[in-house]
Amino acid sequence: MKLIVLVIGLGIIGFIGWWFFAKHQVAEESAAVADDQQVVDVEVKGGYSPEVVILKKGVPAILNFTRTDSSSCLDRVIFSDFGINQELPQNEKESIQIDTDKAGEYAWQCGMDMFHGKLVIK
Amino acid sequence: MSITKRFWISLIFSLPMLVEMILKPFGWMMPGGEWTMFTLTTVVMVVAAGPFIQSAWSSFKKHHSNMDTLVAIGTTTAYVYSIYAMATNQPVFFESAAFVTTFVLLGQVFEERMRNNASNAVEKLVNLQAKDAEVIRDGKAVKVPVSEIVVGDIIKVRPGEKIAVDGQIVTGSSTIDESMITGESMPVEKKIGDSVVGATVNGSGAFTFKAGKVGKNTMLAQIVELVKKAQNSHAPIQGLTDKVSEIFVPLVLIIAILTFLIWYVFIGASVASSLIFAVSVVVIACPCALGLATPTALMVGTGRSARMGILIKNGEVLEAVNDVKTVIFDKTGTITVGKPQVTDVIGNSDKVLSIAASLEQSSEHPLATAILKKAKEAGLEMTPSQNFKAIEGKGVQADVDGESAFVGNDKLLTDMKVSDSLKAKMTTLQHQAKTVVFVGQGDQIIGLIAIQDAPKPTSEDAISALKSKGLKTVMLTGDNQAVSQAIADQVGIDQVVADVLPGDKADQVKKFQQSGKVAFVGDGINDAPALSTADVGIAMGSGTDIAIESGGIVLVKNDLRDVYKALELSKKTFNRIKLNLFWAFVYNVLGIPVAAGLFYFIGLALSPELAGLAMALSSLSVVTSSVLLNRAKITPSAEIA
Repeated sequence: MKLIVLVIGLGIIGFIGWWFFAKHQVAEESAAVADDQQVVDVEVKGGYSPEVVILKKGVPAILNFTRTDSSSCLDRVIFSDFGINQELPQNEKESIQIDTDKAGEYAWQCGMDMFHGKLVIK
Repeated sequence: MSITKRFWISLIFSLPMLVEMILKPFGWMMPGGEWTMFTLTTVVMVVAAGPFIQSAWSSFKKHHSNMDTLVAIGTTTAYVYSIYAMATNQPVFFESAAFVTTFVLLGQVFEERMRNNASNAVEKLVNLQAKDAEVIRDGKAVKVPVSEIVVGDIIKVRPGEKIAVDGQIVTGSSTIDESMITGESMPVEKKIGDSVVGATVNGSGAFTFKAGKVGKNTMLAQIVELVKKAQNSHAPIQGLTDKVSEIFVPLVLIIAILTFLIWYVFIGASVASSLIFAVSVVVIACPCALGLATPTALMVGTGRSARMGILIKNGEVLEAVNDVKTVIFDKTGTITVGKPQVTDVIGNSDKVLSIAASLEQSSEHPLATAILKKAKEAGLEMTPSQNFKAIEGKGVQADVDGESAFVGNDKLLTDMKVSDSLKAKMTTLQHQAKTVVFVGQGDQIIGLIAIQDAPKPTSEDAISALKSKGLKTVMLTGDNQAVSQAIADQVGIDQVVADVLPGDKADQVKKFQQSGKVAFVGDGINDAPALSTADVGIAMGSGTDIAIESGGIVLVKNDLRDVYKALELSKKTFNRIKLNLFWAFVYNVLGIPVAAGLFYFIGLALSPELAGLAMALSSLSVVTSSVLLNRAKITPSAEIA
């Protein structure tokens, strides 16, 4: 009995290590440009999907964050490079304007710095 | 459902179990026994803990984990095991699941309030903005919203009204309370030609002013932008927690499983007590205190300094301030008032002045302004000059009345001879902290003009406050040694580097950087390279936009004493970040072995509910400690003495 428990326990440990630490594919989305504006919807549920957003340089961009997750971890989204700290009320669409004048990679994170996403402007 | 609601529901349904726990030793049993506990806990699990589980699951699917993962796994394990134990007639621990949920939610409720408290500095600033203003349109005063004001509008301001945008007074005069922008409580007198700043409040006079900057360009809008960026910036020290939080949760889960295996398989404890240890580990390990440590302190620190008229641009600056050993000051406009005045003219006073004034007409140098002012006061005519040439750091040269003339310092005099009596006069004047310029015609020196720029009344206090903290103070200036030394002696500066050409200021800063980190305080365009070279660039608010852009800290009020306050506040904030991180780490690092039962045999153990309470307290204490930064004392010791 104890041996079985031990094997199962070690098995779970192995699974946790693989699931969280091994490389997994990240959802990525490029913005569609329409009427001189690019819009990307980001769902906030246990993280951000997509996690990587690609924007075109020079075209005004809007990211629509909708938080369906009730976790207070995710109730703010912070773009430190742009000085944006936006509250995300649950189940409401919050639009965030992004200045796309400068190309580069900009990280965003949740209010507790546990979840991360990335903005690529090129 | 809001966190607050979930907390109350959780509390109400947990209370009966708490009462039972306390009264059990006195022989009181809950009616319905285990079944009642099962029902109560089920409600708590579904209503209050449900969202944790949902959130944990959706992030699990994305290969992420967060604090909800830990709470969800901890409570679910306790709950599911208790159901199994109830079915097999073993001791249950439903109350653990319910209490942990309640405590975690309690922590979150407080934390949410505190976080809002910490972040409202920006809102307060934005609310300072006036809503509308009386603009003269077609000769009539019309009330329009602030957003419709354009540059060049003439705006009427009545007594007691808020000034809408930045601009210059055209008619009238008044005293204006600028405390909301500068932190300076004394109202400032303003007359025609003076500039006014949006969001400041007019005193008893009435005036009209011409709008110069509107919308995003106003001082207030720029301050708001700066503060926003600073509050959300990353301090480099945070990189550590970023890395830790990524691997923390999975690691904790692994430790929890190991804890269970060791207790159950190797030590031979019962399933129930082995599980309790594992659940305690999961619950106590939540890293949210770690994640909150830096951002909350940064927010409060930069918010508070903004209210004092000190704008700190980002977390990197805060960190750099901590190791500053030397503070270097620019002289003109920083230590001194920046409005030099002519005090003595040697030689034929009218001729000397009029030639000097003719030469300096198109120069913007502060010394030139002083000479022009004096010439105007004396009612002298200025002749136009040709072939104007500025010689950097030395002076100017041009043709006046067909004859070559020059104004400059002793460096321009390489080919000229100066009589001994003039030399003696020059030395005397320089030792009185007066800058001496030579005026020449052809190859003859025809006279001297002595110009004095008095130190600001607050400079001496400012320097002595910095020195009391063991900082070395240095003055960097293009002026000559004798004058600079005289001013340095007046204000108590340790070291003077004189005769520095504007382009060499940054190099001088680099030299000082070899012996430790350097802060540079300056205000002019020519200070910009030095401001960005220094580890901490402190720009005086009266300075040019370029200087403000290059500085890491901006002092809105033109008061040198704020240098001390800025350094002190940055240090306090950074130390608070370190303290927060220390406690968050210690708490997690020590909490886990205790919860795992490592010290069980010396009688030290944590039940899951105590672990939950401890976790709530840790986040709360970190946020509280950050908010307390608002109360930290910032007074120079020199003022007390």
